[in-house]
Amino acid sequence: MSVDLSTSLGSLKLSAPTLTASGCAAAGKELAQFGDVSTLGGVVTKSIMLNARSGRPTPRMAETPSGMLNSIGLQGPGIEQFIEKDLAWLTEHDVTTIVSIAGGSVAEFGELARRLRDVPGIAALEVNISCPNVESRGQVFACNHESASDVIRTVRSEWNNETPILAKLTPDVTDIVSIAQTVVEAGADGLSMINTLLGMVIDVDAMKPMLGGKTGGLSGPAIRPVAVRAVYQVHAALPETPILGMGGIRNGHDALEFLAAGASALSIGTVVFGDPSAPWRIARELGEELDKRGYQSVREVIGKAHQAG
Amino acid sequence: MSNAQQITSTITSINRVGAYWHMVLRAPSIADSVVPGHFVAVAVGGDNSSMLLRRAFSIHDATPGESIEVIFAEHGAGTQWLATQKAGAELDIIAPLGTPFILPRAAVPCVLVAGGYGSAPMGMLARALKKMGCHVEVILGAATGERLFGVLDLKRDADNVTVTTDDGSSGIRGRVTDVLAEIIGQSGAQAVYACGPMPMLKAVAKLSTEHSVFSQCAVEEAMACGIGVCMTCVLPVIGEDGQTRMVRSCVEGPVFRGDRVRWDDVHTVPADAIGAPIPGGH
Repeated sequence: MSVDLSTSLGSLKLSAPTLTASGCAAAGKELAQFGDVSTLGGVVTKSIMLNARSGRPTPRMAETPSGMLNSIGLQGPGIEQFIEKDLAWLTEHDVTTIVSIAGGSVAEFGELARRLRDVPGIAALEVNISCPNVESRGQVFACNHESASDVIRTVRSEWNNETPILAKLTPDVTDIVSIAQTVVEAGADGLSMINTLLGMVIDVDAMKPMLGGKTGGLSGPAIRPVAVRAVYQVHAALPETPILGMGGIRNGHDALEFLAAGASALSIGTVVFGDPSAPWRIARELGEELDKRGYQSVREVIGKAHQAG
Repeated sequence: MSNAQQITSTITSINRVGAYWHMVLRAPSIADSVVPGHFVAVAVGGDNSSMLLRRAFSIHDATPGESIEVIFAEHGAGTQWLATQKAGAELDIIAPLGTPFILPRAAVPCVLVAGGYGSAPMGMLARALKKMGCHVEVILGAATGERLFGVLDLKRDADNVTVTTDDGSSGIRGRVTDVLAEIIGQSGAQAVYACGPMPMLKAVAKLSTEHSVFSQCAVEEAMACGIGVCMTCVLPVIGEDGQTRMVRSCVEGPVFRGDRVRWDDVHTVPADAIGAPIPGGH
């Protein structure tokens, strides 16, 4: 098989099409038991905040049909420890690293970008403006044009001009295309789509929501058609903007679907919880799916589903 | 971190044992590195399963170069599917996972306490302790005699086994903690090992600490990944530095020092935990 699996997200060249998804692979180290992390398209780290954060109470997880709800609530060590330990490990192991940042305010996003700007070993910044696991829906910046724009503009002004900024969007909006246009105008080089959808499971024996945080983010193959639709619509409106596609990708066939919809690369998320070797497996399967259809490269199928008219 | 492997394993045998199932899995590359307290994560439902998450089971036994064994109960759709599998079927498994029990440095008397099929890892542990020359007492408890597991085998592996049931259908009517203090006293135990439901672990840990006995508890928390990446299975644990952190029961656990877990605060984030929510914050 001679399929060229390399791709790119704007100025960022990727040797492989599959990356981890933020929040689904910690900072890469645990996956090293199952494969060589440096051979992945990249590791997108769990969203990091300025200070250490304990997250939400347990239970934080409920399995749902072909998916799961989570209400982790951005548990993490804070930016200093992240740079010192997690990022150091990734750099030392030659991993293409996309750092995901999350802030409780526009200023916190700006501060995070400033702290990371001159740290070596970061291939791109993913700005998580769409985590549903926060107390206030007002903190879901990507639900609102003004706040989405404020965050991206601030991060842009603090960030270096060498590596791309990806804005991570939620599908829980009336019109994702207009939010995408807003963040691109504000300075995002690319888009990560999609974050989880807000959901709930009720324990009918206890007669209360199952999750400690009551609501959680729905992920996994259950949301895949929503993600494919979102990628398709945004790619149609913004064909020049690279998209890191994600949402329930489970095998090479699913990955090809996202490429055809307009994604340039793929993040493998929830499926990793069940199959930690999935990011490598899916890249291999994608090669087979392309080969089977007579394609020679990932690049030639990006947005292919739009050509039929 | 344990060095886990993901392999396709063939079921050597699967049999009903009382209220539970006993399954032997061929895992030659894994079996050698298994020690008491390790667990295995099993994918359920087949290739196109709508159940994405693995089921975690403590490892009951390991035969070097050959196989590992697990005990499971039919709790939900995943374990019900597992119970329909036959010898010869293949399962995707990851093992060995987790931080196992720590053996004492010297041959001291030990008490092993288990509730229900929490006794699954105790035979391996009892044999390891006996091999070092420890006197081993076992206390097995369950709601009813039917829900006990492994009584006969543990009678062979340990020096003495005491059984308690809530309804008195087997052994002494009562809870494991009703007899624990006396057995600690009689045996001069210096270490307590426990595996079972969280309320039992909490009671065992408190009683052990009150008697100045070192305890280790294998906790049971809902987990999505079992390998340390999802952050769902956390509980509040006090570290060496005296600070409370929300730590992963799959990697830092499942075995924790009983005096380090904040049992009363499980399922909450204590206000003094590192990174706890601040008023007006998240």
